[in-house]
Amino acid sequence: MPEADDALALLTQIFDETGLPGDCLPQYALIRQWLDEMPRESIEHKRREAELLFRRIGITFAVYTEGVSPERLIPFDIIPRVLAPAEWNVLQRGLTQRVKALNAFIYDVYHDREILLAGKIPSALVLQNDGFRPEMQGFEPAQNTYVHIAGIDMVRVGPKDFYVLEDNCRTPSGVSYMLENREAMMRLFPDLYSRHRIAPVSHYPEELRDTLRSVAPVNCEGEPAIVLLTPGANNSAYYEHSFLADEMGIELVEGVDLVVDDNIVYKRTTEGLRRVDVIYRRLDDDYVDPLTFLPDSMLGTPGLFNAYRAGNVTLANAIGAGIADDKAIYPFVPEMIRFYLGEEPILANVPTYRCSEKSDLTYVLEHLHELVVKETKGSGGYGMLVGPHATKAERELFAEKLKSRPHDYIAQPTLALSTCPTFVESGIAPRHVDLRPFVLAGKEIRIVAGGLTRVALRDGSLVVNSSQGGGTKDTWVLESLGHAQSHRG
Amino acid sequence: MRLTIRHQTSYKYSKPIIYATQTLRLAPRSYEGLHVMQWRVRGEGRHELPSFIDGYGNIVHCHTVNREHDSAVVTVEGEVETYPTDGIVRGAAETLPPLFYLRTTRLTTVDEAITDLALSRKGGPYERLRSLMEEVRERVDYVQGTTEATTTAVEALKLGTGVCQDHAHLFIAGARVMGIPARYVGGYLWAGGDGEHQASHAWAEAYVPEFGWIGFDPANRSQPGEAYVRASIGLDYWSAAPVRGIRRGEGEESLAVRVRVKDSAQQQQ
Repeated sequence: MPEADDALALLTQIFDETGLPGDCLPQYALIRQWLDEMPRESIEHKRREAELLFRRIGITFAVYTEGVSPERLIPFDIIPRVLAPAEWNVLQRGLTQRVKALNAFIYDVYHDREILLAGKIPSALVLQNDGFRPEMQGFEPAQNTYVHIAGIDMVRVGPKDFYVLEDNCRTPSGVSYMLENREAMMRLFPDLYSRHRIAPVSHYPEELRDTLRSVAPVNCEGEPAIVLLTPGANNSAYYEHSFLADEMGIELVEGVDLVVDDNIVYKRTTEGLRRVDVIYRRLDDDYVDPLTFLPDSMLGTPGLFNAYRAGNVTLANAIGAGIADDKAIYPFVPEMIRFYLGEEPILANVPTYRCSEKSDLTYVLEHLHELVVKETKGSGGYGMLVGPHATKAERELFAEKLKSRPHDYIAQPTLALSTCPTFVESGIAPRHVDLRPFVLAGKEIRIVAGGLTRVALRDGSLVVNSSQGGGTKDTWVLESLGHAQSHRG
Repeated sequence: MRLTIRHQTSYKYSKPIIYATQTLRLAPRSYEGLHVMQWRVRGEGRHELPSFIDGYGNIVHCHTVNREHDSAVVTVEGEVETYPTDGIVRGAAETLPPLFYLRTTRLTTVDEAITDLALSRKGGPYERLRSLMEEVRERVDYVQGTTEATTTAVEALKLGTGVCQDHAHLFIAGARVMGIPARYVGGYLWAGGDGEHQASHAWAEAYVPEFGWIGFDPANRSQPGEAYVRASIGLDYWSAAPVRGIRRGEGEESLAVRVRVKDSAQQQQ
């Protein structure tokens, strides 16, 4: 049973990241001044300009809602979210620590399973988990790394209180928004931008390419050939796939563009077959190779897993990395950090009730009105219940689900997510935000200072997922709190 | 007992196909009950195939024909020495802990009928498994051609007929309901004499703490002995499949399989 009291105490007050009214924090001083000075019509005008800009770039996100055209623009909020150098410093150290531990955990569960033998995590939770892929047992990935690209979802409830809400270890998306949002802010508000000393994000594609290069198979000679494997134009994140491939100067391929012969992966080209060494795949495990996984999948490449297992190609992220971001495994991440690194976790976990535990389930059923309940296999904000915002009927329906399939759910206290000033219909108002920084792991860990800030646009809403009507903001990590001396790009 | 195995699969296509790739789990590894003396898996053009060890500890050969072709041949040849172990599997490559083998799969999902069948067994774990083996064979008659590779344990029990694969699935499903880890085994069986009858075979293994992994062959109501050559294990047929393949091209496939398992000592006499 987690200690809920501390977290519940945090519910009482909502923390606005700009500081208390009339007492603006230094990192928001210029933004506050800018908002105060800018005429209302001008903001409206800039917002329309931003929307046009995004339409022209064509950045869209497929949202699965019945009866609505799936392709739509994710709303972009023109007021940036700002993090002070000291705040980022803690996040950076915490994220590095966390991703190291997650990779160590995945290596361990596919080798000697020491953490299970030590009794730190219930064995059945790992071994009977669909996220545990027996096909990966005993495999040696380059640099012992499984999660090369992690999207760690963070929320904040107080000046120093950041929580990790979720680790995304499979095919996290959203980094293109981080890059495009920055691009948009620089174009729309060059003066405001240049008056801050903001850590750049534009080198993310290079960092990603260097990371992928560093995890080429051990037997790869010379410069590794890297491709990005996409499920195709129908995928919700296709824009991001083509964008990243473009930015990295690597080829965007679909399953049919690759062929495996004698456990070597080749790309079909007009000049014949060309060997491929590293595949940044944005295709889920199940679809990667119909010969090993889902047999009727048309998206992958037959034999790809055999080539991988034979050590002739790297898949990033690795197959089976999903065991680390399962919501039932999440409560144990702090224990992983202690077990593998011998360190105390820098970033806190949200207290989590595992409904598979009888005592936890009893507590959850009694406190549904104050908890957030999530499916262990769910993502994107689908299939969750936000207790305080649900009707009695909705809660009763969910209670039945919990009783019939307790293993499929976890519950957490409803956190009062921090807010940032956001442009809404009625003017500028505080809205809840989260943050997804992207952590790259290969020979070393690299984190581009920033991430994707998602904002819940509806008043009071705590659900920031773009599939649930959330928007995004540019995230400014300041290199120093002083005003910039010169114009920086 | 010394056994020689020759297993040849010839594929023919009605129209030439342009590409075919296969995953083959047809190579035994030595353990206390079996010593591999020689073993070769060769593909079209008689070349030796690349291989790796999979997550279950099986030797996997990969066969690819990346050009237009209308036929292909896969040949497995080997010789092993087997020893009586009363079905107990010791000294084998164990990569995953027994607890893992409690996991259900699509092919081994249970319904009320299987649950009842399994939970009505009496005695200690070993007695219950013996009884389960008998009951599975009792309830599912050996009839070829009534089930397919995708038939589930639930379907086989309803149908009341099936082959060794179905018997193994039903046994595995039942054992897991009892809380006993169980797994699928693919391999070869010397059925006596010089015949080709039932030479490719499937059975099951269950984990009983006092013995470790122990084999059960529900199709033959017996525990594997010297006549068995254990070549692959997995959660079910799907993960232990001797052959999985995918091809590109319009041609219809027809295949001829010839498996001979002989007692080499007998042959020499």
